[in-house]
Amino acid sequence: MQKMPQWADVVLIPLISLILAATLSALVILGIGEDPIAAVNMMIKGSLASTYGWGYTLYYATNFMFTGLAVAVAFHARMFNIGGEGQAMIGGLGVALVALYIPWPHWSLALVFCTIGAAIFGAAWAYIPAVLQAKRGSHIVITTIMFNFIAAALLNYLLVNILIPEGSMDPATANFPEATHLPTLHDLLAPFGIKFSKAAPANVSLIVALLAAFAVWILIWRTKLGYEIRAFGHSESAAKYAGINPVKITVIAMLISGGLAGMMAINVTLGESERLILNSTEGAGFIGIAVALMGRSHPFGVILASILFGFLYQGGAELALWTNIPRELIVVIQALVIMFTGALDNMVRMPLEKLFVALRKET
Amino acid sequence: MTLMQKFLSATAAVAMTAGAALAEPALIFDLGGKFDKSFNEMAFTGAQRWADETGGTFREIELQSEAQREQALRRFAEAGSNPIIMAGFAFASALEGVAKDYPDTKFAIIDMVVDAPNVRSVVFNEHEGSYLVGMMAAQASKSGTVGFIGGMDIPLIRKFACGYVQGVKAVNADATVIQNMTGTTPAAWNDPVKGSELTKAQIAQGADIVYAAAGGTGVGILQTAADEGILSIGVDSNQNYMHPGKVLTSMMKRVDNAVYDAMAAGADLETGFNVMGLANGGVGYAMDDNNASLVSADMQAAVDAAAAKIGTGELVVHDYMSDNACPVE
Repeated sequence: MQKMPQWADVVLIPLISLILAATLSALVILGIGEDPIAAVNMMIKGSLASTYGWGYTLYYATNFMFTGLAVAVAFHARMFNIGGEGQAMIGGLGVALVALYIPWPHWSLALVFCTIGAAIFGAAWAYIPAVLQAKRGSHIVITTIMFNFIAAALLNYLLVNILIPEGSMDPATANFPEATHLPTLHDLLAPFGIKFSKAAPANVSLIVALLAAFAVWILIWRTKLGYEIRAFGHSESAAKYAGINPVKITVIAMLISGGLAGMMAINVTLGESERLILNSTEGAGFIGIAVALMGRSHPFGVILASILFGFLYQGGAELALWTNIPRELIVVIQALVIMFTGALDNMVRMPLEKLFVALRKET
Repeated sequence: MTLMQKFLSATAAVAMTAGAALAEPALIFDLGGKFDKSFNEMAFTGAQRWADETGGTFREIELQSEAQREQALRRFAEAGSNPIIMAGFAFASALEGVAKDYPDTKFAIIDMVVDAPNVRSVVFNEHEGSYLVGMMAAQASKSGTVGFIGGMDIPLIRKFACGYVQGVKAVNADATVIQNMTGTTPAAWNDPVKGSELTKAQIAQGADIVYAAAGGTGVGILQTAADEGILSIGVDSNQNYMHPGKVLTSMMKRVDNAVYDAMAAGADLETGFNVMGLANGGVGYAMDDNNASLVSADMQAAVDAAAAKIGTGELVVHDYMSDNACPVE
């Protein structure tokens, strides 16, 4: 029997956690002598009040959607994929190779094949930890996090020694050809008469992310494979008894997870920087964990949580631009939200569950 | 001077000061953060010096993500900041797009060349400065083995290393130079513990001078060198004071001067290519009371002679970044 109605689980708990995090952040801002209300105003105005702000918020959200979905799929198989960061980096390599070495006539073709390239590279990077886990029992948390460092080192080697254009100082590939540049939301919405900020980096990858979320929903809840993944996640021994091959499910779930994480690269690499840079993922792989936790590993929850984190990123940038709040403190605020929604989830959940149980007894 | 001329020039002066008062400069730090004891902090020092001397104010931002590069540039340009100074080569591609959109705003980028009419590109001849400290290292070394510890493995740091090796070999062709990079991620700029380990490893291989071109990591390198009784060479700012008598010299890269100059010029910033080399004090080796006893008159004379030759073009130090290769190891 469920202790709480569905709506309380999905809406009420995250909301209370957010309010707690916001209150604590306000106290911190007050503590360094800034006005918390003005700060919140600035964050909201800077990230949600203009198409410019939305453009950045959605750009960050797109990253988090991909990595959040990646972590969510692995969660369903009871695996903790901390390697989203490395998988996204290698996904970026896939994007760069496809975009640089094949002359694409049109961005739509480039997008399709770059997405495939990113997914294959990301999945390949997740494959080794997956096999190690499935066949040798090497813990996936350890191996995936180690693979993050290997990915960083590999990418650095390639960018500094091989892919860097002659005479360039920046460890990055050459710029992608003009034809592969993805249309931004400005370009996409202009035919419909909607004016969207030209400067913002949100691009067509957002739609790919939403499609990916829908595909993950179908996969997990509407296919045989999704059923097997969930069954395996709930109980490995029961799944084995039911004839589900644990090695196969572990590897497949991780391949999908790695592929999704890798696809993040189309947003940052093909959509924004238009070349592969060293530090393109900048922690989105780790934020994905928080996003998946907060979104309860449900694609729709992941989308909402992604937008929230997009807001925190863009709002934080606005704070850094116009106030004296140091950037470390902005990280603190972001961390508080992650802590309350992710790690301290039970702190809110347990009293609420008791409350609902008590209410039910009375009626 | 006629009355009219006087009147006009007075109006112009008023207009210019009004413009100057409105347009406060902006400084954008790279991802390493403002207080990295090295590159970014030097930029901040220069800006602070300008603010203290003129009583002016400047906007600043420490970036958190790559996408913020263009964002910060545009937002500051829209808010009327002028000039906008960027500390770091990684801004180049963002600036190429933004500079076109704000033709009336002046930009200054450090460590990179961006070809636009309203951009000043400040580059440093780090290989020349490194060459000089390399010469000093070879002269001061007793074992004939000297070390180089870089920060993150990128072309810029290899440029430091290549200049250094050339300087060492110019004095002692048989000398051995042990080269290490701290890491391959940006974390390598701020890893004093790893720097310390690398220093110990180099000492074990016989190095008795170690050159740290590694940002915040250098703190650990200099500390270990001092503890183990060998000499070290600092970088970017004058770090001789950190361990008096234990730091042979510092290869100074005057980012602070570049920022100060740009802010002082204000909206009238002269754009184009700006090379900060030995000749105009952009790079050099540091001499002060802390290392006076370590550097003999002969050493200094040899280095100064080389500096003069580099200045006249008689001696050319190979720049790693011109062909991504180094002629000596």
